[in-house]
Amino acid sequence: MLSTRAGLNRRSAAALALGAAAFLLRVTPAEAALGAPYASIASDQTTFGASIKATPHDGYSVHELTLPSGTLVREYGAVNGTVFAVAWNGPAKPNLSQLLGRYFSDFLTAAKATPGGRNHLTLARSDLVIEAGGHMRAFFGRAYLAAAIPAGVSSDALR
Amino acid sequence: MRCASVLPMRAKRMLLIAALVVGLGACGGKGTLASSGSSSGGNVTGSAANVATTVVNAGPSGDVNTLFTSVTICAPGSTSNCQTIDNIEIDTGSSGLRILASVLTANLPIQTDSNGDSIAECTQFVSSYSWGPVALADVTIASETAASLPVQVIGDANFSTVPAACASTGTEEDTVQAFGANGILGIATEAQDCGAACATSSTSGFYYGCSSATNCLEIALGTASQLQNPVTYFATDNNGVIIELPSVAATGAESLTGALVFGIDTESNNASSGTATILPVQVGTGYLTVSLNGTFYDQSFLDTGSNGYYFTDASLTECTDTNAMGFYCPTSTTNFSAIVCGYDGSDSCTGAAHESISFSIGNADTLFSGNAAYTVFPSLGGSFPTGTTVDLGLPFFFGRNVYEAFENKSTSKGSGPYYAF
Repeated sequence: MLSTRAGLNRRSAAALALGAAAFLLRVTPAEAALGAPYASIASDQTTFGASIKATPHDGYSVHELTLPSGTLVREYGAVNGTVFAVAWNGPAKPNLSQLLGRYFSDFLTAAKATPGGRNHLTLARSDLVIEAGGHMRAFFGRAYLAAAIPAGVSSDALR
Repeated sequence: MRCASVLPMRAKRMLLIAALVVGLGACGGKGTLASSGSSSGGNVTGSAANVATTVVNAGPSGDVNTLFTSVTICAPGSTSNCQTIDNIEIDTGSSGLRILASVLTANLPIQTDSNGDSIAECTQFVSSYSWGPVALADVTIASETAASLPVQVIGDANFSTVPAACASTGTEEDTVQAFGANGILGIATEAQDCGAACATSSTSGFYYGCSSATNCLEIALGTASQLQNPVTYFATDNNGVIIELPSVAATGAESLTGALVFGIDTESNNASSGTATILPVQVGTGYLTVSLNGTFYDQSFLDTGSNGYYFTDASLTECTDTNAMGFYCPTSTTNFSAIVCGYDGSDSCTGAAHESISFSIGNADTLFSGNAAYTVFPSLGGSFPTGTTVDLGLPFFFGRNVYEAFENKSTSKGSGPYYAF
């Protein structure tokens, strides 16, 4: 679905390539959250300067980070596994490069491919889902790795 | 929140399919309220000191359903260092006036922070950002002036190095073509673009202090120095606006002319008497709740900066043609009834002030193919991904007079923030 959308935006493929190159030059991937080891949540807490509250569930736990801006970030980590979902909600977007890690480039691709992308964004692949919406003062979104969601957990619960 | 354009018009022309315009019914987002509301249906107020002419047209980059006006900016106190700029998008989803540097000829002073450093902003949209310094300007719209207003200059060549943290928020929109307008007039219910989050935290990602044009660090910035809804800076008629647009034929129109009226119940031409129910929105977020198909969407909003009705409905077919990606393409035009509820802190409409509305979603591919010159489509819609939002975009405003009262402002019908239509 995304691959078909990617070629359609008003921006050219050349601009897309330039943007990707600029991204690589500017951003040094830090400890990635989504898809990274469970332990990487700790580095996110430091990077975001956030307070944290962990809630254990069967086979996974939810770490809720309250950023200085007031934005809430939730990271879903499988115990002894990886961070399989992240979500955000609040007055300012979190550093999405930090939060999405290696999947930030997919966010950028989806952003370019979604008409009306300034107020919402969709990426729906079989392996990766990224959804975002809102407007200034009120941003929300989530991303998850479908194959890494523990058995019995609904994607609807990942918010 | 604003919403980007679809495709350049030339792309539509290239994809001209036989203009098989199906019967689109009579419901294309018209102003007739199903409830007892007595609001006027898109009567456009004539010329006056507090009335700016608006137009929906292709703008500079081939947009659809995008509302524009023009503004005059001057260096503070100057009557000669001035410029009138057209193709300024009107956006109820953001606050603040932002101008693309490439169209700016007036010379504006850059605002400085407490360290004497130039202030720059990384404007956050859902999926993109715009980068550039914050300047001061006297801004005149119609005959109303916002004096010494902080405005953003997007894509200023003197601030060409985008900080890494800013680039980490999305895609860059720092040119007219990418932005889809020469600038944006943000008139959200919230007075500032960031508010307390930026006043108390230096890591909200919006504001930067630049000791040089290439060395910018994130800063906290008080609300008074942040970008402001320009209307709130007017000496009079500053408590809200009325967005007035006529109705449109279901098949669309080449352009649409309307009015942006400043003030509510402050002049003889902006009386709210007889208008519909006051629908409060949540302070800070602008959210209200929309009930649609038995679901309550509690992160819903009205947004002139969105080019369609955006909501989740699995029964509506998504377009597959490259001409209309991201929009709905139902086999036949589909009618919806919904209830727009004022924010009352609950997850439902129980007890909240509310208004019933109806709208239609047409086949975007068919609509775009019908007439390549059309830029106004009352039944354009698409999916909104998160399942918590009905985004009532610009088509909702066709055939309506929508009253928007700002936060911390009072009107004869009550205090903002609220909408009424």
